[in-house]
Amino acid sequence: MDNKLEKIVKTLQADFGAAVEEFRGEAHVTVPAGRIVATLELCRDQLGFELLDSLTAVDYWPKELPRFHVIYLLTSVSQNLSVAVHVPVNGDQPEVPTVSGVYASANWREREVWDMFGIRFAGHPDPRRILMPTDWEGHPLRKDYPLGYEEPQFTFNFDEIDLRKPSPKE
Amino acid sequence: MGVEQKLGNMGVVTTTLEGMVNWSRTSAMWPMLFGLACCAIEMMSAQAANYDMSRFGMELMRPSPRQSDLMIVAGRVSRKMGPVLRRLYDQMPEPKWVIAMGDCASCGGVFNNYAIFQGVDELVPVDVYVAGCPPRPEALIHGVITLYEKVKAEKFKDLAGKYG
Amino acid sequence: MTQIEEVSIEDIRHLVSERAINGETMLLNMGPQHPSTHGVLRLLLELDGEIVVNCIPDIGFLHTGVEKNMEAKTYQKAEVMSDRLDYMNPIGNNLAFVMAVEKLVDLDVPPRAQAIRVILAELTRLNSHLVWIGTSSLDLAAQSMFLYSFREREQILDIFELVSGQRMMTTYLRPGGLWRDVPVEFEAAVRAFLKIFPKRIDEYESLLTKNPLFQDRMYGIGKLTREDALSYGITGPILRASGVEWDLRKKRPYSGYEQYDFIVPTRTEGDNYARYLVRVQEMRESVKIIQQALDKLPMGPVRSDNRKFVPPPRSEIGVSMEALIHHFKLWTEGFPAPVGSVYNAVESPRGELGVFLEGDGGPKPYRIHWRTPSFENLGVLPVLAKGFLVADLVAIIGSLDIVLGDIDR
Repeated sequence: MDNKLEKIVKTLQADFGAAVEEFRGEAHVTVPAGRIVATLELCRDQLGFELLDSLTAVDYWPKELPRFHVIYLLTSVSQNLSVAVHVPVNGDQPEVPTVSGVYASANWREREVWDMFGIRFAGHPDPRRILMPTDWEGHPLRKDYPLGYEEPQFTFNFDEIDLRKPSPKE
Repeated sequence: MGVEQKLGNMGVVTTTLEGMVNWSRTSAMWPMLFGLACCAIEMMSAQAANYDMSRFGMELMRPSPRQSDLMIVAGRVSRKMGPVLRRLYDQMPEPKWVIAMGDCASCGGVFNNYAIFQGVDELVPVDVYVAGCPPRPEALIHGVITLYEKVKAEKFKDLAGKYG
Repeated sequence: MTQIEEVSIEDIRHLVSERAINGETMLLNMGPQHPSTHGVLRLLLELDGEIVVNCIPDIGFLHTGVEKNMEAKTYQKAEVMSDRLDYMNPIGNNLAFVMAVEKLVDLDVPPRAQAIRVILAELTRLNSHLVWIGTSSLDLAAQSMFLYSFREREQILDIFELVSGQRMMTTYLRPGGLWRDVPVEFEAAVRAFLKIFPKRIDEYESLLTKNPLFQDRMYGIGKLTREDALSYGITGPILRASGVEWDLRKKRPYSGYEQYDFIVPTRTEGDNYARYLVRVQEMRESVKIIQQALDKLPMGPVRSDNRKFVPPPRSEIGVSMEALIHHFKLWTEGFPAPVGSVYNAVESPRGELGVFLEGDGGPKPYRIHWRTPSFENLGVLPVLAKGFLVADLVAIIGSLDIVLGDIDR
């Protein structure tokens, strides 16, 4: 890890009790959900991480505690550094405070995480689905949501699948 | 035959009414701009200077469905876009045809999942399927010529019930 | 099949101003099928006459479920889907994915493969900027630019077809290098293209840059400040036109970019005109990079010989037992990746294209997230369009250069 990144990671560890991991030269810092807004404000104002690259989540089902990890990828343009902040979230009623007040790009990214994973963001100004239709049920990127693929039609089951296939009403 | 022998060199041609109607339909068929994804870029290439589609009557692409006869569905149709596609098809005046351009419009293509309609023929009746991912502009032009052959072979008695 | 989204005023009450509720301003739908929205983008506009008061983008009409679908395929098969995300930049998408996989499994890439990757990535950048200049000029009714830029584009697509057999979605870059070596005609074809292209850029500039009509429509429209750009997560030519010199090819060089000498064009005004100038200058710099890469092209293998991840050539299978076993294992099962997550970003023509890849010890990605630049770039549209006319909105969307496949994934 870079020297500058070491110092930054140590600051985060000291202030927020974060756990740190390193893999392939990248730093991964784990912070509890209640402290995430304070962590990101510190990163933006004092540590110089101006750009929120992306905000996404990973689903570790069937593990329930924690089931999700919400991941914030931060980049510092002035110092040319990057760090990934992980927030573990439990499976039942997953909720994380919103950071759309800290970084404006988080607004749409949090809507996407709500749409795809079902994680609520407390205090978000516009909690609507963004990619799926508004009346869609379910959260597609969860591991217990099926892929929903069409069965291939071989000669032995051609006719029975043909009957079930949707076709247009003229 | 006799009429043509006598009047042919005066610039008179005889044909059937069906032939003339079908010929006029194929000579200036205007497609509706319905490019969704990557196939749209190849459709634009086919419209541009190298593989000119205006040679085949498709001088311009009309964005408005009320002014077009052909809908070239170029690209993948997602669940949110499906009702929009059907509404635009319903807004086109008869006679209308549909070309499903590319693999995603024909059968779902590379994407076999919850988000993409497996073939646009789940929504609208398709006349010609053009394969490829994306199909070359020449393949699209071949698809258009196949459609023209289909239109030229249409008979009035088949269409009587369709528009009824 | 669901009905069309009829967005009632209640759903968007928190986003529109008070004047929309009592009918003083008009709510207009610039629908998913529209000639100027560069794809299936729906904009809900609140208009006071012709002036845009609020602009609310509605996306998701091209949602393909790529992230979930890639979880069901092995790393080699998932690459095919990566081409089709940002369809103007297929080799760039391949590059981002393949480099993330190489980072995850710690695989080396020979220098010849890196140089050819750079040449193809820069040709793709030219391809993308040509389509941008053609279509955004078409929106401003400069129709001849469309025909000229597509004429040049055909030459680039001929080079791609020469190399891989496919014009657009090539899937030519593979983990460990390239699919196969370039044919002997490649160098001559690229040099022939580079000979004519700088004069063509001069031709485009003579048509547009000093044109008073073009300047009227682009100068001072859609100003983006530096602070807003960083807060909204903007990267790429839009960020560079707002005064921040951030280009991943210079700051975090990958695939051998540090060997080539090029500048990163930056401007400070942040309006449409600055973005136009930045992209045109980027086209010239790309030509320089391709020239240098072609001059310095080293000889050697084009794919790593780590047989745990790269399949052996067919000739070896007949004589070596290990080669047969590796081939069998790679084709039936795929190669396993370690547990852990990496994030790898490349500079696409639109900005920072990143892949967040998490492996779980198996042959399929456990989670893949595409950080696509157009998602953030579109997010700043409501800020840019406030107070301008609808015609300016069309010019702003053109200069943001968004691709809907990138946004909706």
